[in-house]
Amino acid sequence: MKIDIIKEVSTIIPFKNTRFTSILIILFIIALIAPYVAPPFLTYILLTFFCYVPIVIGFNLLLGYTGLLSFGHGLFVAIGMYTSVYLMRNYGVTSIEIMLILAATLSALAGFGVGLLCIRYVRIFFAMLTLAFSMVFYSFLLKFYWLTGGDEGLGIYTRPALLGMKFDTLYIMDFLTKVYYYYVLAIMVILLIFMYRITTSHFGICLRAVKENPRKADESGLNVKKYRLYAFVISAIYTGIGGALLVQVTRHVVPAITYWTYSGEIVFMTLLGGFNYFTGPIIGAFVYIVLRDLIMSLTIYWRVILGVALLLIVIFVPGGLMGGAKSLSKLIIKKRESYEFS
Amino acid sequence: MSLAELQNVKKYFGDVHAVDDVSLKINENEQISLIGPNGAGKTTLINIFAGTIKLNSGKIIFMGKDITHLPPYKRCELGLARSFQLPAIYPNLTVYDSVRASIISKLKKGKRFYSSVDLDDEVNKMTKEVLELFELYNKRDMLAIKLPHGDKKLLDVACAFALWPKLILLDEPTSGVSTIEKRKVMEKILSVSKEMGIKSFIIVEHDMDIVFSYSNRIIVMYEGKVLADGKPEKIKENAEVVRILLGKVK
Repeated sequence: MKIDIIKEVSTIIPFKNTRFTSILIILFIIALIAPYVAPPFLTYILLTFFCYVPIVIGFNLLLGYTGLLSFGHGLFVAIGMYTSVYLMRNYGVTSIEIMLILAATLSALAGFGVGLLCIRYVRIFFAMLTLAFSMVFYSFLLKFYWLTGGDEGLGIYTRPALLGMKFDTLYIMDFLTKVYYYYVLAIMVILLIFMYRITTSHFGICLRAVKENPRKADESGLNVKKYRLYAFVISAIYTGIGGALLVQVTRHVVPAITYWTYSGEIVFMTLLGGFNYFTGPIIGAFVYIVLRDLIMSLTIYWRVILGVALLLIVIFVPGGLMGGAKSLSKLIIKKRESYEFS
Repeated sequence: MSLAELQNVKKYFGDVHAVDDVSLKINENEQISLIGPNGAGKTTLINIFAGTIKLNSGKIIFMGKDITHLPPYKRCELGLARSFQLPAIYPNLTVYDSVRASIISKLKKGKRFYSSVDLDDEVNKMTKEVLELFELYNKRDMLAIKLPHGDKKLLDVACAFALWPKLILLDEPTSGVSTIEKRKVMEKILSVSKEMGIKSFIIVEHDMDIVFSYSNRIIVMYEGKVLADGKPEKIKENAEVVRILLGKVK
């Protein structure tokens, strides 16, 4: 029994590679002390990144593990964001836990509905259908002004209560970088562990089989459509939670979140890091957010620069940053071995 | 009661009658070879049986149930498995995970979202057993796509066997394998099926040596129809079969 518990606990740590696990622990410690040593704007960027982690890992469950490229995941981010804002503005809800639960539930329902129609198709048809759904929602957000605030969107002016604790008197930047930061960090870690467990579960293996060869999977007794639908719903839940967390940072939500270019940014982050790796999209999101903020402060043509960067990555490092790092480490080991041999 | 039954199965592709009014009964413990010249309708018949392609008319009964309109995964759940003519693998899954996917499917554990598959002793024990039987265990960490052709075929067959089916359809399991290796592959398939208690299978095969050595019933197809059906010795004496398959004129 004791051994079983130890075995179980050891699988929570995502990587068998001890060096990588140590890097993770160091990164976690850095994340813990960052608000006290880094300037607030850096902590703010980190906080934004933490909010994006559930979005990209949720998205990658669909792309990296199921082989379905969604171009409409902005839809679920928006559901999470609008749910939170609507609850705060119209119903006076302050508990962020209620917002997260409702955002996850509504995203799951929307994910089920959209997924049910989209998973019948694959490749470009799937991508276009998800994009279409997102654009329909975009039109809805624009036209139903009385409900959604139209193109101006909706803002929030109060602070949410975290675990029942209120922080109304706190200066907004202090609230975000000193309090909310740790809350999001904790949620992110929990969601990461959950996602890791999903990808290494029985379900995860079946998902990968469905991705690699759907026909064979079907003839091996796996209901391909059902697996795709499950993945879609889980992905939507993660994305919705990410949106609900993110809106407290942006303090404002606009319909542009459901526009295809925003969904494209999620695709970009995932490709940048490498969708074949669990950590790929996380690294991609971090690099993208840092680069975006950096380039944005230098030029208004930041989208052009990021576009060129994507082009170069797709051509030269199709495996993303993680794929590139892996190839590089292989090359170094090979060279070292040949050097030792000679 | 027969294991499976095909009743007046028809499949037309335009004017081509790929399978034309075929009726068959398959009993337990039968090792059937499905033979015929190219374009005879063998693979189409296997595809219809497995549910990969829909038939135009007719009925398929398996284990007493009408499976005519069931999708492939449902047929598989009932105990029907297959391997493919061109090895069907999961390219970027390891050999171990490829077989593990079949085992998870067999044990109906695919909806376990949170339990670590690495800690599932039942799944891992069965996976190891299948891989050892097919002599693929030492290649378990290799990506399926990196295996040599022969091993890819074996892995495809191993994935089908890992479902512990009641009837297994093997579409040319020795194609692309050298003549010397063919017998080895067949011996392996037979010994594994004996070991795993899988008693009934249908093999699509072109090599007559293999066909007559390893089956207790032969079905000959020609132009979408069943030309002959019987024990190997009876088929050998069938002048029509000899003429069509070997080109001999008596």
